[in-house]
Amino acid sequence: MKREIELYIHIPFCVKKCAYCDFLSSPADEAVKKAYVKALELEIAFWGQKLENTTVSTIFIGGGTPSLLSGEQMETLLQCVRRSFRVEKDAEITMEMNPGTVNDKNLIRYKKAGVNRISIGLQSAKNEELQKLGRIHTFQEFLDTYKAVRACGFENVNVDLISAIPGQTRESFEESLHIVARLEPEHISAYSLIVEEGTPFYEKYGDGKPKERDLPSEEEERAMYKRTKEILEKYGYERYEISNYAKDGFACRHNIGYWERKEYIGVGIGAASFLGKERFSNIRKIDQYLAYAKERSFEKMVSEREILDMSQEMEEFMFLGLRMQKGISAAKFQETFGCPLDEVYGKEIAKLKKQGLLKEKGENFSLTDFGIDISNYVFVEFMNK
Amino acid sequence: MAGIEQSKIRNFCIIAHIDHGKSTLADRIIEKTGLLTSREMQAQVLDNMDLERERGITIKAQAVRTVYKAKDGQEYIFNLIDTPGHVDFNYEVSRSLAACDGAILVVDAAQGVEAQTLANVYLALDHDLDVFPVINKIDLPSAEPERVIAEIEDVIGIEAEDAPRISAKTGLNVEEVLEQIVEKIPAPTGNPDAPLKALIFDSKYDSYKGVIVFCRIKEGTVKKGTKIRMMATGASAEVVEVGYFGAGQFIPCEELSAGMVGYITASLKNVKDTHVGDTITDANNPCDAPLPGYKKVNPMVYCGMYPADGAKYPDLRDALEKLQLNDAALQFEPETSVALGFGFRCGFLGLLHLEIIQERLEREYNLDLVTTAPSVIYKVHKTNGEVIELTNPSNLPDPAEIDYMEEPMVKAEIMVTSEFIGAIMDLCQERRGIYQGMEYMEETRAVLHYDLPLNEIIYDFFDALKSRSRGYASFDYEMKGYAQSELVKLDILINKEEVDALSFIVFAGSAYERGRKMCEKLKEEIPRQLFEIPIQAAVGSKIIARETVRAMRKDVLAKCYGGDISRKKKLLEKQKEGKKRMRQVGNVEIPQKAFMSVLKLDDK
Repeated sequence: MKREIELYIHIPFCVKKCAYCDFLSSPADEAVKKAYVKALELEIAFWGQKLENTTVSTIFIGGGTPSLLSGEQMETLLQCVRRSFRVEKDAEITMEMNPGTVNDKNLIRYKKAGVNRISIGLQSAKNEELQKLGRIHTFQEFLDTYKAVRACGFENVNVDLISAIPGQTRESFEESLHIVARLEPEHISAYSLIVEEGTPFYEKYGDGKPKERDLPSEEEERAMYKRTKEILEKYGYERYEISNYAKDGFACRHNIGYWERKEYIGVGIGAASFLGKERFSNIRKIDQYLAYAKERSFEKMVSEREILDMSQEMEEFMFLGLRMQKGISAAKFQETFGCPLDEVYGKEIAKLKKQGLLKEKGENFSLTDFGIDISNYVFVEFMNK
Repeated sequence: MAGIEQSKIRNFCIIAHIDHGKSTLADRIIEKTGLLTSREMQAQVLDNMDLERERGITIKAQAVRTVYKAKDGQEYIFNLIDTPGHVDFNYEVSRSLAACDGAILVVDAAQGVEAQTLANVYLALDHDLDVFPVINKIDLPSAEPERVIAEIEDVIGIEAEDAPRISAKTGLNVEEVLEQIVEKIPAPTGNPDAPLKALIFDSKYDSYKGVIVFCRIKEGTVKKGTKIRMMATGASAEVVEVGYFGAGQFIPCEELSAGMVGYITASLKNVKDTHVGDTITDANNPCDAPLPGYKKVNPMVYCGMYPADGAKYPDLRDALEKLQLNDAALQFEPETSVALGFGFRCGFLGLLHLEIIQERLEREYNLDLVTTAPSVIYKVHKTNGEVIELTNPSNLPDPAEIDYMEEPMVKAEIMVTSEFIGAIMDLCQERRGIYQGMEYMEETRAVLHYDLPLNEIIYDFFDALKSRSRGYASFDYEMKGYAQSELVKLDILINKEEVDALSFIVFAGSAYERGRKMCEKLKEEIPRQLFEIPIQAAVGSKIIARETVRAMRKDVLAKCYGGDISRKKKLLEKQKEGKKRMRQVGNVEIPQKAFMSVLKLDDK
């Protein structure tokens, strides 16, 4: 049986943790990086052996800051992937990087290694906002990185932006949007800041904390969100998911895979996988991960495992699919689960349509703008238990 | 067990203010008299409901028989009757006391005499019990046994000089208590050959034995085969088994005769037949008159109880029926609410009783409940001369039909150190208390006498009392009839619709304040929804307070990639779970706990 999967490689290193970041990452020295790359190689090879006859359609190297790995290390990793799996000829291979961590020499080697899509974490074009976020770079450093990336010939580039940063105004956010759009990256991700537990931001702005005045209000934040779409549309970007905007043909295939419930393998600490009916993720401690890799105890690396029943699969189909602008297709639902969408969710869909949260186009259902604003409220309707 | 001499029996109870160590002393007595080894002892043997252990209070009366070999070389039978420890159960306490011949008064060596100490001593003296004091917790650094002894003599007026100074916790000097039980508690009297006269001080339902009646034989003898009759309820049955109380078990014996404490089973199916305080006699050879003091207990506080999941209505009914088997004071009848669906209006002895039943329903029967604000029984005098006893605010007649209303009052005694007298008087004032006088018990402590409306003390009076006196005030009350009062029904409108389950009766002068607080509280409890929701408080057609829950603007996860899916799914599941705990009233979803938020309006 032929199988097609996506591959996610987690690089948990960064120069310094940002104030809002809840990803699994921390600063590390060269020796740890080296050991970690070796462990990744072993884990990738393990999966290659385990999943025979499998094609990798996309690869996403995320972090942390993957650009803290050298060009050579990136080559090692991608060569290992190619040794272990068949990689599709025009596979999308994305690598995340942060300004101020990149040099031309490495960039050239990343490209040579096969990376064909670059995602740069900018977050804001305003230096005072970058500082608030605890970023290590200035806007100028981003520009240098961006230009270097282009100069190396990368033709598919994403830039990340964050809205609702403390102290940010609608005007300053819109300025960031214009500045970035004028650079013409193929893709822009624009996220509203989420104050996640366990971050310094949570200490300051989290639940139960007296809200600092400079955190934009919900109304302000929603206004920023609406302006994002309006402004980026003028520059030729289309919103294809709640927080993602792309020029025609440049939507991120890897991420779309998540929302369309394609199978994927995640390697590295804390990385999540979805295979068959199972979702599982790796342990989060790097020492343990390195030790298990060394003794080839790959089964022990899994720390959380969940086997989905049909009803959970249906829930996922809905709440992941509806994140995308094109929404979900009734035909696809029927094809996947063998029963009509209407039979399972007819009542909920009718209610949500009446409330102006869901719209129907052909046989597709998608969120209205108001539906996006309160999408959790919509998704909860599709939870079965 | 025939042949036990009355002179070798001691029937007694332990009385104390809450937390002065009543149950711990009971444990030590049981342990030291060899009934259980300390290894078998689970702390506080007599409190055998989980709830009792957790809350540190006794809810149901218990009894245990132990044998003590005294210094005089004789063996004595001790029947220790543990009485409930809360004002809600005052009547049960009085019946338990009536089953005893004497009482041990436990007083905390640091705290001294408290309101319940006094109330309990008076209750015991009313029943002609011989009371001897014990000073407990002398191992505490703050213990002042001499001061407390003087206080007992001054305030209560009982001899305390040779009171054992003990630590029930460590077991220190507990032997002295045992010796004094023999010396100071009188042996029972009564003629074993007279017609049977036994006092019911509790009963318990057992699925094998039927009702197990706990009793004290005052006169005569009862054994298997005796045809007994309950003099107040008229129920009669043939005795199947008699016996006494081991620790946590029933031990059958030949017969129970005058002076003894034990149990009777007689294939009775319902505790309703065996009211606490009733007299058991021999149906074929009845005694001339029942024992004094019997009364039928009536609920004082009512509330609506609804299953969170409407489909569980039959389960709730079954559970209430089962609890009622053991608790004759619990009453319930079906009612319907527009907001909450089918449920029951339940009557309780007091708020603690209510909480206990609620917790038992939730824990032992796995029910998820929505409880409405407790209400006392109001007397509504209608213009046509009819008098209604109102237990559900929704049933209040149209104001035009009401001549006047009455509410139940209590006579309260509050004991407090002098520095807090002002604060406590303010509190009583706020709660519409009528000052009845004050006495100093000693230089620094006084007893305040107030008449208070019951509905002002059922929610949180005790908490307020404690917080305003830094925990030093103690409190006891008894019912004191009805008094006319200006009362109105406060209605809550959510999105312009009246929510029946949130209505309550309130003193007219407090309506504005309560309405305002209620709206504020509901605003916190009701989550934002798709549209703006006005919350209003109204008396009749007049809106007296308003708050608004703003429309939901934003509830969105900006990111959801491969590593987020499981976690986000859990969040959505949790959100769904919360939604299931909502009640749909009109277009608005109201969380179940909002219905109980009225209880906590006075958080300061």
